[in-house]
Amino acid sequence: MTVSAELELQSFVLLRLGERRFAVSAGQIAELVSPSRIFRFPHRTPKLEGVILRRGRIVPICDVSEMLLGKRLTSRRFYLIAVRNYGPQREWVAMPVTGECELINAEMIAAVESDAPHVAGWLSHGGEVIEVLNLDALTPGPEQALAGSAAAGRAEARL
Amino acid sequence: MRLAAPVKPSSAKTEQIILFRVSGQLFAISSASVQEVRSADSISGAATDISAPGIRKVRHVLRRGDRSLFIVNGAMHFGLHAAEGTLLFVLRKTRTALLIDGIEKMTSMTRLQALPLSFCHEERQWYRGLTALDQAVIPVVQPEGFLSSEELALLDAALLQMGNSDGEAPEGENPTP
Repeated sequence: MTVSAELELQSFVLLRLGERRFAVSAGQIAELVSPSRIFRFPHRTPKLEGVILRRGRIVPICDVSEMLLGKRLTSRRFYLIAVRNYGPQREWVAMPVTGECELINAEMIAAVESDAPHVAGWLSHGGEVIEVLNLDALTPGPEQALAGSAAAGRAEARL
Repeated sequence: MRLAAPVKPSSAKTEQIILFRVSGQLFAISSASVQEVRSADSISGAATDISAPGIRKVRHVLRRGDRSLFIVNGAMHFGLHAAEGTLLFVLRKTRTALLIDGIEKMTSMTRLQALPLSFCHEERQWYRGLTALDQAVIPVVQPEGFLSSEELALLDAALLQMGNSDGEAPEGENPTP
């Protein structure tokens, strides 16, 4: 391997959801933890199950399985805690995963316009082509809420 | 039961709160925000029915001198299973009286954490933040978050229609404590 090729390798964490694997940039991962008590309270944000307490922080749990697999997975083995950007602010978000995670080095192919917004890119590993996730598009945040209201506004305008 | 105006907390980092239940769900509210606690039965004779379009959580209004307090059913506000409510919190500096199931206890919180930014819908108006108490996470409600200015306008319009609006303070004015 040449030096220039080596420089293009990046670290990713592979996570498992059901039968599929996805990747997240390793720089965004805070930790992998065993499931703990979920605290639930009323709210209106889809995909959020509640919060967990971790190292004195209150971390929202975001189930991304329905968006990524088209069905909700009830079994979960770990929570993968990752950093999510909200403009200049960064916060932890926990995603339930169904199997072990793996740290790999791989070269990412950037996403193209036709890819879904939650796809940051693609990588090839172990004979699989794996989606690299863009957590900022995959998990809820103010920008999605604004987009949602704008879409609702457009829908109303059409009525 | 009328609650005394809260004294300044001894530590700047401590805030007195009331833990209360609505449909089995635990919430917290700053005791400084609660002007009065009444039993729902005690106000049943004084409350008037009200119906404003799209605001099912308010069915009664309570006249207090020249003010009207809208009774918000906590269960309906939070989208929980309907409950009749047995206690009423009259919330300071608002036109809201909140119908709840009961008080759990009074305690203090040392830290109020902002609601994580992932929560991005109405709950951002509902809650001031979250607090961790006895290894549990409890949402701390925002007294002003029970009725939006649009909802207050609709309720005021309903009051006008009922012919009960004479002397009502215009919306946005600070009510007399």
